[in-house]
Amino acid sequence: MTEERKLRLIGTPFRRVDGRAKVTGRTLFADDLHFPRTAWVKLVRSTVPHARIKSIDCSSALAMKGVLGTLVGEELPDSFGILPVSEDEHALAIDTVRFVGDPVVAVAAVSEDIAHAAALAVNVEYEILATVPDFDAALKTPEPRIHDYGDEGNLHKKISMEFGDIDDGMAQADTVLEDTFYYEGNNHLALEQHASIAVAEDDDRVTLYSSTQTPHYVHRALIKTLGLPPARIRVIACSNGGGFGGKTDPFNHEIVIAKMALKLGRPVKIALTREEVFYCHRGRHPALMHIRTGFTKDGAMTAQHLRTAIDGGAYGSYGVASTYYTGALQTTTYRLPNYRFDGARAFTNKPPCGPKRGHGTPQPRFAFEVHLDKAAHVLGIDPAELRLRNLVPADTITANWLQIGTTGLRECIEAVTAGSNWKERYGKLPPGRGLGLACSAYMCGAGLPIYWNHMPQSGVQLQLDRSGCVAVFCGETEIGQGSDSVLAAIVAEILGIDLKDIRLCVADTDLTPVDLGSYSSRVTLMMGQAALQAAEKARAMIAETVAEHLEVPADTLVFADRRVFRADDPEHGLNFNEAVVVAESRFGTLGTTGSYIPPRAPGRYRGSGVGPSPTYSYTAAVIEVAVDADTGLYNVEHVWCAHDIGRAINPVLALGQIEGSIYMGLGEATMEEQVFRRLPKRLSPALVHKMPSMLEYKSPGFHDMPGMTSYLIETADERGPFGAKEVGQGPLLPVLPALANAIFDAVGVRVDQVPIQPENVLTALQAKTAGKDARVGPKKFPSIDYGEVLRVPTPEQGGDGRAVGDPRAQHAGVRSASGTMKDREEALKEHSSATLTTD
Amino acid sequence: MSIEKKTGPATMAEGMTTAVLCINGEDHALVFPTHHTLLEVLREECGLTGTKHGCELGECGACAVLVDGEPVLSCLQLAAEVQGKTIDTVEGLQRDNELHPLQAAFADLGAAQCGYCTPGILMVADALLKRVPAPTGEQVTEALSGNLCRCTGYNRIVQAVLWAAAMERGDDWRPDETLFEGTALPGADG
Ligand code: FES
Ligand code: FES
Repeated sequence: MTEERKLRLIGTPFRRVDGRAKVTGRTLFADDLHFPRTAWVKLVRSTVPHARIKSIDCSSALAMKGVLGTLVGEELPDSFGILPVSEDEHALAIDTVRFVGDPVVAVAAVSEDIAHAAALAVNVEYEILATVPDFDAALKTPEPRIHDYGDEGNLHKKISMEFGDIDDGMAQADTVLEDTFYYEGNNHLALEQHASIAVAEDDDRVTLYSSTQTPHYVHRALIKTLGLPPARIRVIACSNGGGFGGKTDPFNHEIVIAKMALKLGRPVKIALTREEVFYCHRGRHPALMHIRTGFTKDGAMTAQHLRTAIDGGAYGSYGVASTYYTGALQTTTYRLPNYRFDGARAFTNKPPCGPKRGHGTPQPRFAFEVHLDKAAHVLGIDPAELRLRNLVPADTITANWLQIGTTGLRECIEAVTAGSNWKERYGKLPPGRGLGLACSAYMCGAGLPIYWNHMPQSGVQLQLDRSGCVAVFCGETEIGQGSDSVLAAIVAEILGIDLKDIRLCVADTDLTPVDLGSYSSRVTLMMGQAALQAAEKARAMIAETVAEHLEVPADTLVFADRRVFRADDPEHGLNFNEAVVVAESRFGTLGTTGSYIPPRAPGRYRGSGVGPSPTYSYTAAVIEVAVDADTGLYNVEHVWCAHDIGRAINPVLALGQIEGSIYMGLGEATMEEQVFRRLPKRLSPALVHKMPSMLEYKSPGFHDMPGMTSYLIETADERGPFGAKEVGQGPLLPVLPALANAIFDAVGVRVDQVPIQPENVLTALQAKTAGKDARVGPKKFPSIDYGEVLRVPTPEQGGDGRAVGDPRAQHAGVRSASGTMKDREEALKEHSSATLTTD
Repeated sequence: MSIEKKTGPATMAEGMTTAVLCINGEDHALVFPTHHTLLEVLREECGLTGTKHGCELGECGACAVLVDGEPVLSCLQLAAEVQGKTIDTVEGLQRDNELHPLQAAFADLGAAQCGYCTPGILMVADALLKRVPAPTGEQVTEALSGNLCRCTGYNRIVQAVLWAAAMERGDDWRPDETLFEGTALPGADG
């Protein structure tokens, strides 16, 4: 936008465009769809954690009345997986099962009841293999390998990289502190269980409707596994009943029912039970972390060394990216001149872990922020002050080559410390009461797509006609976060029309331009920029013809109130639909497109693909807690959370994301855990989920929520539409460490692990009384060979973004583009040296 | 209206029930497997998919409907047992083309994000407001304690119920304006 325009809709609390459908029950989630002659599929899942399949007998199932057919692994021989480097899944197990819940056979029948009964009648015989239950075991048990690929034995991925020189940095420190932390795995627990329905159409075409956050990636997985030309497969993402990352992988069941639909020539449906959702998982990786940081006596950080060990479960999923993410964003909040990150992911015989809200970063963020709180006490500096002294400046490049945009972290800290009256109350509350502070940063969209390509990461297409209705086509996926509303609002704002004048067509791989999906907090920024571009083009066409029609200069025209009129003479103008008529008469059928590609990130080293983002959001939180020293029971009294959102497209939706993040963060901090138990070895080799139900997997209810005060900090960043940054994930990050820090302020004990159970607090209190270390948490970190360290000189050292001795280094100079296609062409000339996330 | 309990005709397949269920004030003549829950019958036989499910084990509240005005988890309720009772689902909440104040408040306050928990919560809240027209926040929390929501953090839901109750009473109480970041409230314009 060149001229200053007054915003009418952006920034106001308009009702979300799908609001009415959601409160009337009219939103169609995947399981709400039904087609005539729909067959139902049930999956036969492995009952053992690791085994070879000796035999499969479907004969009794097939003999049952109403059973239509079965599928086994050999019928879907091609593997798939979200990342090109770890396509290690099969829709149905071939030869080997790797966790309790791994699908082995699919049974289709005329009703769900019959499919269920038939699935029970399938007989699978297994030859048991040794079970690898956790990271430590994976490290000590290189054989048998769960997969025949990966960096070493049962270690899937090993990473070691150093930015600057940490030995040098530590030598400059007055104090070096180190800590070990543990973060338990947990599940997204989206209220909607995954469901899909596949419809076979004429001439070998199939349409899959699914509860997925990433229809484009599901489309790619179907291409690979079904062996059909891409144009004959259509994926439509229904509105998701919550995602949180749990619906971002292509799933076995989606592939299975698409295949079954093609096999049977009729619609096929599957609706997972809650227990099955726990087996799909892809939730938070359990993470053990060791962190060591050098501080000067006035609190500046001179160097940090972070080591992580994460338990990936049985398949790759997003795991390679998750591993990088446990280290990548550590530099985005505070200045860290020298930084080393070592990370490893293990394969274990459990449901695969993947991305959950915050993807790989809540774990090290917890570690870092509790570590900082301890440092503040050692150094005698107020924890808020310590952070303020170290803030990453706006528009700088971090030691690991991430380009920082605007940052409102200072304002965030100021807001939550003022709100909680921190200065008067921190460290001064009566025993049993405490305040804790933590901060964080998060990406506004991953800088690189999951597979390397030169195409837009989000596309929007507009169609206008004489009715005045604007049809907006975009592959974006509504998961509850409000992406439909952001899309419609941006177009409505630019064209000066009402939300009700817009018809959305979204998340349909046949009809809508690709948007990569609802993950990595990318949608508002990327889709928003594409929508802005498409709408501006339409506006320019209309303005040009209306200007001629009214015989006024185009730049004097205002688009507002469903009219196009002269700024200085509002009576002089056309209704929007009349304006479209004028433009359609001149140009013919009207349509425009917008595309968005993130700017080129400055990092050029192997692994530099994980972490870059067009810009970063910032959050600060203060939590007040009351702890009963006799029992360890604690109550979260209040949460203050300030989030730098750049600009809120809709403050109600934005605040809702902050509140939802606080809630989910508190769930992880206080109770949620995806844990397993071994059955007694003499009875069974099984490693089973301890609580695959909503009753036993505890999550916070209405009664568990504290008061919340949220603040939107707006530091408009030109990299986002109207200055907008993300809000869906970032605000979760500081919640967990803020709670741990508050408990320390209340009773002087450290719980260096989450979830923080009351018994942990009690144990630490008892240790304190006994004069021992007043702490509960992991005591040691295993010795892990992370492989050869990749050394990358930092910007401060005059580096060029490349690793030392990188043979691919060809071009010098650091540049970054603005995210338009034109800049992209420029950037592509350099692409030969680009490094991909997952190479 | 009262409907006599019927058993199927002699030709009815074993394990099936025929019944007339009164749903949202309308009679539905139905044939369904006797072991099917009200949830299944509503969704599969009646096409009333507004009622959701998150567990089908009585753990999440997404499937809540009203039976004779009382909240019932439809996933735990056999359909065959509610003949002769009145059943209310989210589809019946709207008043002609106007949203019920609960629906309007949820839509405007951001109390429905993904909206998957919403139908169940709306029905439980509706039952509460019929019983207690001016509830306290604590009463709303108590009434809804069997419903899970993974998106909102609950606060907006409580506020929306209080707001709807106020609208129903013709009271001009409004939710705290910090929920709107100090901006003007949108009208609950149906
Ligand atoms: S589906 Fe009935 S309580 Fe969850
Ligand atoms: S709005 Fe998504 S579960 Fe409540």
